[in-house]
Amino acid sequence: MATTRLAINQKSYSVDVDPQTSLLTVLRENLDLTGSKYGCGEGQCGACTVLIEGKAQRSCITRVGSVGQKQVTTIEGLAEGDQLHAVQRAFLDLGALQCGYCTSGMIMSAVALLKKNPSPSESQIVDYMDGNVCRCGTYARIVSAIQKAAKSGSAAPVAKGASR
Amino acid sequence: MSTKPGVEIPIEPERYELRAAAPYRFDLDRREFFKFLGAGLVVVSVLKTAAVAQESGNNRARRGESLPNDIDAWLHIGENGKITVYTGKVEVGQNIRTSLSQAVSEELHVPIDKIEMVMGDTQLTPFDMGTFGSRTTPTMNLQLRKVASAARDVLVGLAAKQWNASPEQLIAVDGTVKDQAGARSIEYAALVKGQQLTQELPAEDPLIPAADWKVAGRPVPKMNGIDFVTGRHRYPSDQKFPDMLYGKVVRPSAFEARLVSVDTQKAEQMGVTVVHDGTFIGVAAPTSELASAAAGSIHAEWKADPQPSNQELFDYLRKNTVEGKDATGDGDRFDTGSVDEAMKSADHRLQQTYTVQYIAHVPLEPRAAVAKWDGDRVTVWTGTQRPFGVRGQLAEAFHLPEENVRVLMPDMGSGYGGKHTGETAIEAARLARAAKRPVKVVWTREEEFTWAYFRPAGVIDVSSGVKNDGTITAWEFHNYNSGSAGIRPYYEIPNQRIVFHAVKTPLRQGSYRALASTANHFARESHMDELAHTVKMDPLEFRLKNLKNERLRAVFEAAAKQFGWGKSKSAGRGYGMGGGYEKLGNIATFAEVQVDRKSGEVKVHRVVSAFECGAIVNPDGLRNQIEGSNVQGLGGALFEAIEFSNGKILNGRLSQYRVPRFSDLPVIETVLLDRKDIPSVGAGECPMIGLAPAIANAIFDATGTRLRALPLVPNGVKSS
Repeated sequence: MATTRLAINQKSYSVDVDPQTSLLTVLRENLDLTGSKYGCGEGQCGACTVLIEGKAQRSCITRVGSVGQKQVTTIEGLAEGDQLHAVQRAFLDLGALQCGYCTSGMIMSAVALLKKNPSPSESQIVDYMDGNVCRCGTYARIVSAIQKAAKSGSAAPVAKGASR
Repeated sequence: MSTKPGVEIPIEPERYELRAAAPYRFDLDRREFFKFLGAGLVVVSVLKTAAVAQESGNNRARRGESLPNDIDAWLHIGENGKITVYTGKVEVGQNIRTSLSQAVSEELHVPIDKIEMVMGDTQLTPFDMGTFGSRTTPTMNLQLRKVASAARDVLVGLAAKQWNASPEQLIAVDGTVKDQAGARSIEYAALVKGQQLTQELPAEDPLIPAADWKVAGRPVPKMNGIDFVTGRHRYPSDQKFPDMLYGKVVRPSAFEARLVSVDTQKAEQMGVTVVHDGTFIGVAAPTSELASAAAGSIHAEWKADPQPSNQELFDYLRKNTVEGKDATGDGDRFDTGSVDEAMKSADHRLQQTYTVQYIAHVPLEPRAAVAKWDGDRVTVWTGTQRPFGVRGQLAEAFHLPEENVRVLMPDMGSGYGGKHTGETAIEAARLARAAKRPVKVVWTREEEFTWAYFRPAGVIDVSSGVKNDGTITAWEFHNYNSGSAGIRPYYEIPNQRIVFHAVKTPLRQGSYRALASTANHFARESHMDELAHTVKMDPLEFRLKNLKNERLRAVFEAAAKQFGWGKSKSAGRGYGMGGGYEKLGNIATFAEVQVDRKSGEVKVHRVVSAFECGAIVNPDGLRNQIEGSNVQGLGGALFEAIEFSNGKILNGRLSQYRVPRFSDLPVIETVLLDRKDIPSVGAGECPMIGLAPAIANAIFDATGTRLRALPLVPNGVKSS
């Protein structure tokens, strides 16, 4: 056990855990940030995706001891108050989910993609998102949602309900 | 629009996990009703038809002052205007929270956002057998429309009485009753203020015809969608309580293994709760890490008998039939005409065998449960398609009366037919009882792959006879193990022998989205393609020649038109089709594939599905289901197969078991045929069944190689 300080969603946290513990476990069990999901435990499904310094990382295979003071963003920290992020808005508008269990990870991956490449082509989206699994099969809608978010300018959050 | 359900969907034999039906106990005094609901108006739907009775348990007699106890849904309008609907159905991603709300909004004439659905809580909602078999739309949607319609009539009646007016002069609009002239209006909330009114469904109450729907029949966004895109929604695996412990179960070394010895000493020294009760060994600890470590420290010795592997699977299935034991009940045999005579006189005969492997559901949220005891009462939050079934299993496991068990089902991370049972609920409850604190159990992906149940594997033998002009005269069809859903042909064939052979199987098996309809359609629609080539007819023309069912013809024709059947194609490309009928829905799917002749790699480029399920309730939700079926279906069609040997799963991880991903995604085009004159039926399953044969037939078209085993190309097309 060791005290680990974390910077998550622009808040600072202190947790007393084994540094080998996965970031996902710490988020879910210690911090009650349950938006990041367990799907496979081996970085194969993307349900646990969070941003670390703006880059998409699989939190289930990220040891909490390796995170340090790097800025972590989870799905809970994406909206600014009531203002949804453009990617969240686009997923909602296009019904790009069924059970929604993959949605947090999909959105976080998409946000990271758009940070890197603000207007990705369809094949760039497919390549980048291929590590995220949706068992309900909403892939086509997710591609459309990412394209829509790209068009609306994903960098700035948009007002809730603005695009309906 | 018919207002009669007219929907009888029997329980298929391959739903092995459902055999033990949960006994029913539901009794609620009228006064208690209002105590927990608050004052207002309650409309209850009482079971009247066989279809609904089957859905909700057996016939039950009424007793004294209590409400009828054969209720399948109810609706409450409170003094504050809040409308709450109670149904035992559950939301697993199929979007019925929204489509059922649409039905209520439509008939009650209230804005949809005023409606709250309480679903799958065994204490608050009426008994329901489970959310499976595409039953919600044909049964519950219809019942709730009737409930809402009856509620509206009561409200109009109350206003008429208050105003001393005739009900015919009044209309219900937007949560208020108005007179036709618009001079007076009163809100529903005001009408029910201080009241304790109950109303049963009248025998006949005309519903709004589908052609006049304003809320239903239109795309409505997911009701609580915002909770999902913000991560706020709490799935079963997200439930948490103060003092809660994390549970971990020690698994046997192989299926059917017997426990020889167990040493829990180390674990006990780790300050965790250890339970060893019969063959159940588990621990509960303050963190999941510690629980895993403690479980890992337990040394258990198991002994298992030799078991078959998937190398010898199909031979094994043929040799291990359990005929005569009536394992399946009705529907496992059908004969008409004389197959043997017709086969003799046919111009061409064809005999082929088709196979399907075991596949896993891989719901992205694994099975999960949190259990909490209060004396001899237990409450469990768990992901299941059958909360009442799980309640029964818990009662049985702990020798409790069912009223001591409450199961709640927060909208979960999908099921696809895989979450009909209560393993995690029982595991969590057993550990929680020992620990005297709430315990959460979430299966790892490996546990999910290994200890859940699989879609049955199967062998299907098809023999047929056909005339030179393309008329099919004889059809013999034997399905070993995979199941009887969709086993009967919809083609006009005078002489048929159809047999389902139950088998003692090597792996635990059960329901999977669309059941055996996928396997049976794969065999049938592949065989149809082979027959078409035998008599040198176009596969579409050949099907239509043998098909009278107008609804099926319509979907084949609509899909063919959208697809551009008959258009020219480039080298390496192939076109194919498959279609059929399941759960009262009709589907035709056309596929375009590209086969790389050097690598053998198959890419499905384009899929066109035409679907008809009566009057459409939510076209956007429906498209989502059809697209999803085609994507999920790609896995079983192309590459998914469980590998096993000697009671162990060999590829039980997501890095070893391939599921469809973004890069597998074809262009999917969906044609919806909206039959407003036909009662609505479900769409979660039927759209899946046409895809595998369409792809197999397209691969044949591209390469001349006929593939008769699902998955078709786990390693590409080998010979071409």
